[in-house]
Amino acid sequence: MGEKETAVKISNLNKYFADLQVLSDISLDVKKGEFISVIGVSGCGKSTLIRIIGGLETLTDGEVLVNGETVKKPSRKVGFVFQDHRLLPWLTVEDNIKLALEKGTKDTDEIVDKYLKLVGLESFKKAYPTQLSGGMAQRVAIARALANQPDILLLDEPFGALDAITRISMQQELQKIWKKENITMILITHDIAEAVFLGERVVVMSSRPGRVKDIIPVDAVCHYQRTGSDFARTRDRIYQEFFRDEEMPFAYNI
Amino acid sequence: MRAKKSVPGQIGWWALYFAFPVLVVLLWEYICHFGSVKIYNMPAPEIILKDAFEKIQDGILLKHISVSFLRVLEGFLIAAVAALILGVLIGLNKYFERFTELVLQILKPIPPIAWIPLAILWFGIGESSKLYIIFYGAFFPILLNTVDGIHNVDKRYLELARVYEVDKWRLTWKMILPGALPSILTGIRVGLGNAWVCVVAAEMIAATKGVGYMLSNGRSMSRADDVILAMLLIGIVGKIMDDILKVISKRIMKWS
Repeated sequence: MGEKETAVKISNLNKYFADLQVLSDISLDVKKGEFISVIGVSGCGKSTLIRIIGGLETLTDGEVLVNGETVKKPSRKVGFVFQDHRLLPWLTVEDNIKLALEKGTKDTDEIVDKYLKLVGLESFKKAYPTQLSGGMAQRVAIARALANQPDILLLDEPFGALDAITRISMQQELQKIWKKENITMILITHDIAEAVFLGERVVVMSSRPGRVKDIIPVDAVCHYQRTGSDFARTRDRIYQEFFRDEEMPFAYNI
Repeated sequence: MRAKKSVPGQIGWWALYFAFPVLVVLLWEYICHFGSVKIYNMPAPEIILKDAFEKIQDGILLKHISVSFLRVLEGFLIAAVAALILGVLIGLNKYFERFTELVLQILKPIPPIAWIPLAILWFGIGESSKLYIIFYGAFFPILLNTVDGIHNVDKRYLELARVYEVDKWRLTWKMILPGALPSILTGIRVGLGNAWVCVVAAEMIAATKGVGYMLSNGRSMSRADDVILAMLLIGIVGKIMDDILKVISKRIMKWS
């Protein structure tokens, strides 16, 4: 891992909203092609963190480098998937993807077809977003982000609004895409199982202000076995990060 | 949207729709013929109906309606074009908004009928003064709804535009204006309704044709049946125009 290039380098990042400190002294290196999960309770600043990486929010203090350059504004090379699919309801699936492509891009039809196929929605090209289910719409949003061939994909609780079953299948699909396209991905989540299943490392954040509490490496076996003991062990370890004292005895009583 | 109903359900649904007006007519009929209190100058429904038939046969009715309708159409279209252009410019440019704000805010509360004296002084009692009043009546609802619609476009879409570096042109035409469209269409509907109200007001004061003229002429002739007929026509034509716009709006917003 050590020889791999760094995709995102965060050093001593601090963020204040007026007088309120949201993020405190965050430092994190993400390697090229790596999948990082960031987990924390609501309001811990994890969304703010990913929005800073994506250039949607400014930082107060510190430095964020993406591909060695300071982030000043959002860029097409850093894809961003929001919790809501954010498809324009008046455009078809196809036109939604085309709108996100750079002006003057050639072969837009081929690009649309390719990425819709990747997310398994090639037959919904002409559909309007209202005709799609939540999971399908989110897949279009992912296709839209990927169609720009970003180096990094930032995912801000992308499956948070989906039902449990859809969420699991979406996680599997995202993982497939990650393996196939070899894109660096940073996923914000509040779902421990999701963080373990997808991340090569899980960044655990504490809240008020948000700090990196721990970074837990995840064994690759967890990425295809949700039911194995490795998975359970890693999951429990993260669980204990949040509920250290009171809940522990129960975990061992079984 | 309402769920599709079975055929008997449909009949019931339409019956409910027409039950109230039928009741009103029956009550009206009853009061005119058997009521203990005689209302002066309250012709029974059949007298108004007879009046309507006569006027349809003469072609007078159609003449009045079409004159008013064409006036409305002309004034409304000019107003719509002007209000849309100005509304988009104001909505997209905060400096232009600031520049025009005070004048528009002062003009806005002045009701169209308050302009009638000045319009007659300026344009005489010909077509132009009526067009001016109609224009004025339709202009502000369209303008204000266009500006509001643009301002209220979901901020999340603007964020999306930043992420994908969408250029200004596509941002305006593919994101902001379609996002403002529901509000713009509401403005157009309100504007057309206002234009119809204004044509009646303008024609009541100075005209020789049109539904407003029918009203004022009926009053001076003491023909209550003409007056009521004209009022009903104003209501019915207004409703039909609104219905047509509703259908057009739905067509335009085929995504919703």
